[in-house]
Amino acid sequence: MAAITAEPTAVTRPLTAASHGERNPQSLIFLILLWASLAFGILVLVVLLVNTFLEGRSRMDAALFTNYTSQIDPATAGARAAILGTAWVIGTTALLAIPIGVAAAAYLEEFASKTSRFARLVELNVQNLAAVPAIIYGMLAAAAAVAVGIPRNTVIAGGIALALLILPVVIVATREALRAVPQEIRQGSLALGASPMQTLTRQTLPAAVPGIATGTILALSRAMGEAAPLLLLGGLVFVKFDPNGLLSGFTTMPIQIFDWAGRSQVAFQELAAAASILLLVLVIAMNGLAIIIRNKFTTGQ
Amino acid sequence: MGFLVVAAGVSILTTIGIVVSLLLPAIQFFREVSITEFLTGTSWTPRFQDPTFGVLPLITGTMWTTAIALSVSIPIGLGAAIYLSEYASTRTRKIFKPTLELLAGVPSVVYGLFAVTFVGPVVLKEWLGIEVATFSVLAAGLVLGVMIIPTVASLAEDAMSAVPRALREASYGLGANRMRTVLRVVFPAAVSGIAAAIVLGLSRAVGETMIVAMAAGSQAKMVTDPLEGGQTMTGFIASAALGDSVQGSLQYNTLFAVGLTLFVLTLIINIISIRLVNRFREIY
Repeated sequence: MAAITAEPTAVTRPLTAASHGERNPQSLIFLILLWASLAFGILVLVVLLVNTFLEGRSRMDAALFTNYTSQIDPATAGARAAILGTAWVIGTTALLAIPIGVAAAAYLEEFASKTSRFARLVELNVQNLAAVPAIIYGMLAAAAAVAVGIPRNTVIAGGIALALLILPVVIVATREALRAVPQEIRQGSLALGASPMQTLTRQTLPAAVPGIATGTILALSRAMGEAAPLLLLGGLVFVKFDPNGLLSGFTTMPIQIFDWAGRSQVAFQELAAAASILLLVLVIAMNGLAIIIRNKFTTGQ
Repeated sequence: MGFLVVAAGVSILTTIGIVVSLLLPAIQFFREVSITEFLTGTSWTPRFQDPTFGVLPLITGTMWTTAIALSVSIPIGLGAAIYLSEYASTRTRKIFKPTLELLAGVPSVVYGLFAVTFVGPVVLKEWLGIEVATFSVLAAGLVLGVMIIPTVASLAEDAMSAVPRALREASYGLGANRMRTVLRVVFPAAVSGIAAAIVLGLSRAVGETMIVAMAAGSQAKMVTDPLEGGQTMTGFIASAALGDSVQGSLQYNTLFAVGLTLFVLTLIINIISIRLVNRFREIY
């Protein structure tokens, strides 16, 4: 009898100890600290958004979109050249980075043998390039533009700088998306007589599109907010014309914000905040789109 | 197929391109300035009549902003990561993880503006009563730290989520509570990923440009007091790039000498990170 009653207590004792353990002061303080860390991050984000909105609200007007920047008059200055310039440069970046990044990832994931020296070298390079500071890419683009004899401060030079910057991100995202495509799809396609290339373009890549889109949109939204590499191209801070081609001069929204924020008049800082609101709306919209695509296509699996 | 191989080769060409485009002007620079003077000099005045080229002031600037940034992002990033990975319900995680990641999506110029117009004058000066200068290493470092929180949190969370459930259950089975399980089982098992997360945060802090260019000031001096301004390596490159220096001149080449220093520094950090991951990798 004694032996039988002893058994349940032997089993329950550690269990009750564990559940009591969750409520001891140490554990509670630990949990509160964890919770506070997360809350701090979210709180700063909210404060940043609200503060930018309050500062820039007065200049969220039509002039911001239609007028060019000004050296002296903040009241009529706008970000027209910067908005159009951002569209041109990000368009160029996307046209360069997406095909090259997807092709490089497809090579590494679908064709390269595990023992290929070239493939290992590429992988090592991608890994290292991901950690290179953004501003270094500006130095590369500036030197490259001079080497081929085009002016540094052109849309194409900016596009190349940003495309090389986000290339590692596009490659990594595409490789992950390709890896998630079930092997049976490839085998089925090959068994029906498709060539490896046909299998890639008609089966594997289309199946990986949601993953590639998520990664690419996030990478482009990062490129859109990046100013550092473009500073190295020179002559971008004061532009009063619409860009009209790959060899045209340009400025972008982050650079315009940087220029305005550095001026002494408060009205220019309000203008910088107004342009920041615009940039934040674009970036948050792109992040939201990426999350929606990710959620939509991962719940099915 | 040819296109695929060429596309893969672009990454190798990029690395070669970076090395060549930094090295050529840097070699020009080191013909006129000795490497010893560059690496050990404590005065950085490349634009003066009588220029000096000691890079240490820029390096101390970078070290201060990076140290302040990491002292914010490591505890907070890891705290958020542990909460999301070990305590939060699936629903909570689904809402808060993307929200936290949005912090990494905020453009750095917007952070710069936030540091100059809000964190410096309002939070530090008005609310906390800290006498910071208009441009201060402290304000720049704090905001830089906020920017890096999601980098640290996201990678650390991935590392902890990858720890097999069986390890946790074994720990609970032995009577440990959640906190003990997190600190004694999950954390050590994920240590390689957590170290990689911190090192990646470090490399981003060293390389970030716009926040420090806007908020830390442009006076290159040996930084001893974080309440004052100072210039970082990236901050110098940004401000020197704005001034139109003639290509091939010593001033123009100075940019690339600092760029090369920055590149080598981040390369070393990255190699350490890859080593760390390989050394502590646990295979489940």
